[in-house]
Amino acid sequence: MLLIYCPYCEEERSELEFRHGGDAHIARPTNIADITDEEFAEFFFLRDNPKGLIFERWRHIHGCGRFFNAARDTVSDKFYASYKAGEPKPDLSAVHPATEKTVETYEATEGTAK
Amino acid sequence: MAEQALRKAPLGGFHGGSAAAHVTAAGPASRLSLRAGTDAVTALSKALGLDLPTKPKTSASSDARHALWLGPDEWLLIDENGADLAALAAKADVLHSAVDVSHRNTAVLVAGTKAAAAIASASPHDLSPSVFPVGACARTVLGKIEVVIFRTGEQDYRVECWRSFAPYAFGLLAEGAEDAGL
Amino acid sequence: MSGANRIAGQGRLTPARTARFTFDGKSYEALEGDTVASALLANGVHLVGRSFKYHRPRGIVSAGPEEPNALIDVARDAARRQPNVRATVQEVFDGMKVTSQNRWPSLTFDVGGLNNLMSPFFAAGFYYKTFMWPKAAWEKVYEPVIRRAAGLGTAPTEEDPDHYANRYATCDVLVVGAGVAGLSAALAAAATGARVILCDEQPEVGGALHYDRSVTVDGKEGFVWAQEAAAKLAAMENVTVLSRTTAFGYYNHNFVGLVERVTDHVARPDRKAPRERLWQVRAKRVILATGAIERHMVFGNNDRPGIMLASAARTYLNHFGVAVGKKVAIYTANDSAYEAAFDLKRAGVQIAAIIDSRSKPGDAVLNEARSHGIEVLPGHSVVDTKGHRRVSSITVVRNGGGGKRSIAVDALLTSAGWTPSVHLFSQSRGKVAYNAETGQFLPGTYAQDCLSVGACNGTNGLQATIEEALAAGELMARATGNDGGEKVELRGENAFEWTGGMAGAAEGAGADTNVKAFIDFQNDVCAKDIRLAVREGMHSIEHIKRFTTNGMATDQGKLSNLHGLAIAAETLGREIPKVGLTTFRAPYTPVTFGTIINHSRGDLFDPARKTPMHAWEEAHGALFEDVGNWKRAWYYPRAGETMQEAVDRECRTVRAVAGVFDASTLGKIEVVGPDAAEFLNLMYTNAWDTLKPGRCRYGIMLREDGFVYDDGVVGRIAEDRFHVTTTTGGAPRVMNHMEDYLQTEFPHLKVWLTSTTEQWAVIAVQGPKAREIIAPLVEGIDISNEAFPHMSVREGKICGVPTRLFRMSFTGEAGYEVNVPADYGQAVWEAIWARAETLGACAYGTETMHVLRAEKGYIIVGQDTDGTVTPFDAGLAWAVSKKKTDFVGIRGLKRPDLVKEGRKQLVGLRTKDPKLVLEEGAQIVADPNQPMPMKMLGHVTSAYWSENCGHSIAFALVEGGHSRTGQTLYVPMPDRTVAVEVTDMVFIDKEGARLNG
Repeated sequence: MLLIYCPYCEEERSELEFRHGGDAHIARPTNIADITDEEFAEFFFLRDNPKGLIFERWRHIHGCGRFFNAARDTVSDKFYASYKAGEPKPDLSAVHPATEKTVETYEATEGTAK
Repeated sequence: MAEQALRKAPLGGFHGGSAAAHVTAAGPASRLSLRAGTDAVTALSKALGLDLPTKPKTSASSDARHALWLGPDEWLLIDENGADLAALAAKADVLHSAVDVSHRNTAVLVAGTKAAAAIASASPHDLSPSVFPVGACARTVLGKIEVVIFRTGEQDYRVECWRSFAPYAFGLLAEGAEDAGL
Repeated sequence: MSGANRIAGQGRLTPARTARFTFDGKSYEALEGDTVASALLANGVHLVGRSFKYHRPRGIVSAGPEEPNALIDVARDAARRQPNVRATVQEVFDGMKVTSQNRWPSLTFDVGGLNNLMSPFFAAGFYYKTFMWPKAAWEKVYEPVIRRAAGLGTAPTEEDPDHYANRYATCDVLVVGAGVAGLSAALAAAATGARVILCDEQPEVGGALHYDRSVTVDGKEGFVWAQEAAAKLAAMENVTVLSRTTAFGYYNHNFVGLVERVTDHVARPDRKAPRERLWQVRAKRVILATGAIERHMVFGNNDRPGIMLASAARTYLNHFGVAVGKKVAIYTANDSAYEAAFDLKRAGVQIAAIIDSRSKPGDAVLNEARSHGIEVLPGHSVVDTKGHRRVSSITVVRNGGGGKRSIAVDALLTSAGWTPSVHLFSQSRGKVAYNAETGQFLPGTYAQDCLSVGACNGTNGLQATIEEALAAGELMARATGNDGGEKVELRGENAFEWTGGMAGAAEGAGADTNVKAFIDFQNDVCAKDIRLAVREGMHSIEHIKRFTTNGMATDQGKLSNLHGLAIAAETLGREIPKVGLTTFRAPYTPVTFGTIINHSRGDLFDPARKTPMHAWEEAHGALFEDVGNWKRAWYYPRAGETMQEAVDRECRTVRAVAGVFDASTLGKIEVVGPDAAEFLNLMYTNAWDTLKPGRCRYGIMLREDGFVYDDGVVGRIAEDRFHVTTTTGGAPRVMNHMEDYLQTEFPHLKVWLTSTTEQWAVIAVQGPKAREIIAPLVEGIDISNEAFPHMSVREGKICGVPTRLFRMSFTGEAGYEVNVPADYGQAVWEAIWARAETLGACAYGTETMHVLRAEKGYIIVGQDTDGTVTPFDAGLAWAVSKKKTDFVGIRGLKRPDLVKEGRKQLVGLRTKDPKLVLEEGAQIVADPNQPMPMKMLGHVTSAYWSENCGHSIAFALVEGGHSRTGQTLYVPMPDRTVAVEVTDMVFIDKEGARLNG
């Protein structure tokens, strides 16, 4: 079970108090009614699902109730940053290596065992 | 003219636990869910007769009135004497939201040398004195429900929950108190 | 003496304190503190079970949790019975009933033993290869037979009468394991003032000190020192010492699961005490001092009862005072086993020989053995054993060839070396590294804030272990901000340093042989099975594991994994680290379901939410249905009434007179602030700025993708205050959905949301006499039709208490929803009921509510919609604003798929046979005679008998439904095909006159 730092409560709390909220830094277009189908698909449906660093939303739903953003490594589950909604994406290049873009396939991981 | 309707508390007469951790139902109180920005805190504090806390997990009390920090713009106000808290807040004449939740919430009191252990049977919240001293409060979970835990004394805790969850909260705390008292 | 093999003056148990237990019906005497295994051995019982596949006789192998063979069924009574308990861990209590497993009809004569004779047919992968054809045989023959034969032990059928507890705990330093290393680490950590939890799976601390009598710490015998250290720790306010407590799982962010066995060792437990207690520990730092597990030697017929680990024999002797044999041989590749010989010799047991597969044993132990007059055979191997229910002799040869020599023994102790217990480290996602010099997998790269110390870290030597552990304890405690205390120093001494060890098959069990040299006792996996798996193309250790089932039994291969890996590596011609280690998974040892669910049983399994009027409803005969966690009054049958009769009566009465309904569970959200209307404009498809205070409007909420998410009536209490209602089940998610948009997309809006679902008890009074019922009770509100028309809200008093009175309807009748503060709910309900009953009205439940709303064409989100329905599909186009430039879902509604022709649309259905009620979920087709598979047009979402209409009614989602009015469609059912006519959705009072009555 994760231990998550809430930037509003200013301490780490059990994952039981939180709810995951999907990818962060995806702004709802202010002219949403006028965007194209492709733009809507990009905004609403398409996500990167990276192996490695991800910026994601959490809500401290059973705590202060606030939404906030966090940077987590999807492999190790280590959190690299936790910051209030509306704050810019922090630069983590110094503490976290660049995200691998490779897609993990059966052939790549189990190929030698075939 | 109709007969005056009588109040019926959700946990009337409940008591349990162990010698080391008594579990009882709290009496009725008036409660207010207060929401406001930081600019309104001073005026609201004055109107309510206590300093609304602005630090996470802290509370302020004056007589039988308590203001619990629940979030950066959210407080739970409890008045054990039943004062009309919304009317008091309205006097401040600053932007805020005051919603009466006197009947939404009820409270279970846990008291005794093992009170913290009783609560820890179902809540992951760290109640160690160093991080949860007397006066500390937090919204968290207890088993499958949401609660607000308010430490009112060295060995005294008030656990606020919504009324329909109260029998569940009480049952969990009573079982936890029995185990903590072994 | 309790048992013939108990040696006076040996061990730490008290001879006077006895307990009696039965094994397979025969009564035995044990001493308090015995495990079942030590008590059986004391009584000369070595044969304790049959192996899983071949049903070979098996004895006790170990003295700890790694035990693969001695799995027993332990019972207090019929309900308090547990199969598959390790006899080496279970403490004896007076009156305990122990039964052996996996044998029929008896342990000594077992029919399944035939499997052993058939074993050439039971090679690795047997199941995969044999039970493949014919396909049909799987269902009828193979699976039932295999299922009956498979599995160990039998589960009790009675409900578990015990209870279980849970405790969340936080600490600075959690120390797992209380041997020399763990105790040292805990002492150093605790001295700083840090909050320390120390746990150990055994009843007493000490770990290896249970058997290793040659150790002294600070001048005291090791085991005595350990008890004193634990007592000192337990007395400290900042330390919790948990014995009989296994750390079974190491999860994310230093979250460790412990299970404390509270009463399983007690003859007459306090029934208030839980059987087991789960500890969910969040530690800032973790120190793993989990020790090492001795491996057995892999050679032909190495599984006979009487063949056990050398350290286990030392435990039985030095701790329990039990000699495991009278004439004992040792077969080892490692110095440590020599000390078993020395201990036994000192206790008067004859040592037949020490057979050492190494040509050069350690000098110190060799010299000591010779000084005891023990015959040592370096460079020799045991290649076979004899004896049916217990080993009677061993066959020894010189490595590389030579004559065979048979040695008579009644016990053989083996040791191939020590496997560090890296289970928890590995569970923490740490990466192990192979040390080629010692042949051990050791903690390599750490993934969490933890450290391994002592034997589990590959640390050799007592003083080195102590110093490593003290340093780790202090380091970890200081890292959590504790800087008090003095440095702890300890001095340990032991007789011998140990070297040596091997993994894989020993001499005489190599690739050129066909002997049964077991590596995994519990799953009956032999060295040759691993080789076969490799030959058949399994090259990954994970595949080899699954093909052979090596390490897949309940002991998870604590003895066998390294042997299997070494044999696989040898067969593949690759180095061990290149073949890789299988993953260690939680739990370390089995955990009961009771512990995992702990308090969540019976009434505490899940909250049962009851409304303020629940007691009244119960007293008046209501039956309840579950809606989420809520218990809602379903219908109120009178004596002799069926459900249908009761619902018909309620439906008739509401439309003819009136009915009273508990609507308290509806979700309620108070939306307050100057921008409240603007916020609701964004959250709902309708316009809210035009709604005047005192009026209500039905609103539809979409997700961004354009599909209906929730609905409800919203009342405007004041310019800056709205009373929003949601569906019963949707209340929490609607609140979260609104908060999400408010906080992250529209944070500029000055508005706040508060859940008031439980603040208000809601009493719906519906029907022609609704006004007459409430009129005398209401104060301060003019409830005349003119002053208080349909879709209005007023604040005032009812029965002397504050109310928010809504004029609204979910029945199609004129009606009210009386909101009062919840504690007044029952009293106000009773006052209303007194009036209602006098006037001939009824109380009605959710079933009648469903029928009445369907008669009026009102949908239920979640029943008539399923997350793929737009407001246009649902016939609610009128509720979607055409003027607004933004609301959640505005763009989603324009998606090509959502505007194209032929979407499924909600329509009414009438069966041609008016008496026939359709089944909800039934599929709809245009032509019932078309070939299979039929083209399905949609499905029935709601269907009821309508007493008021005199015919059945239904809603359905049908392709292009809105243009099919009047068409005949068909609902194929198993017994017949039902013809239906597509209609509009309003079956009663189409013009809505009754609403305004």
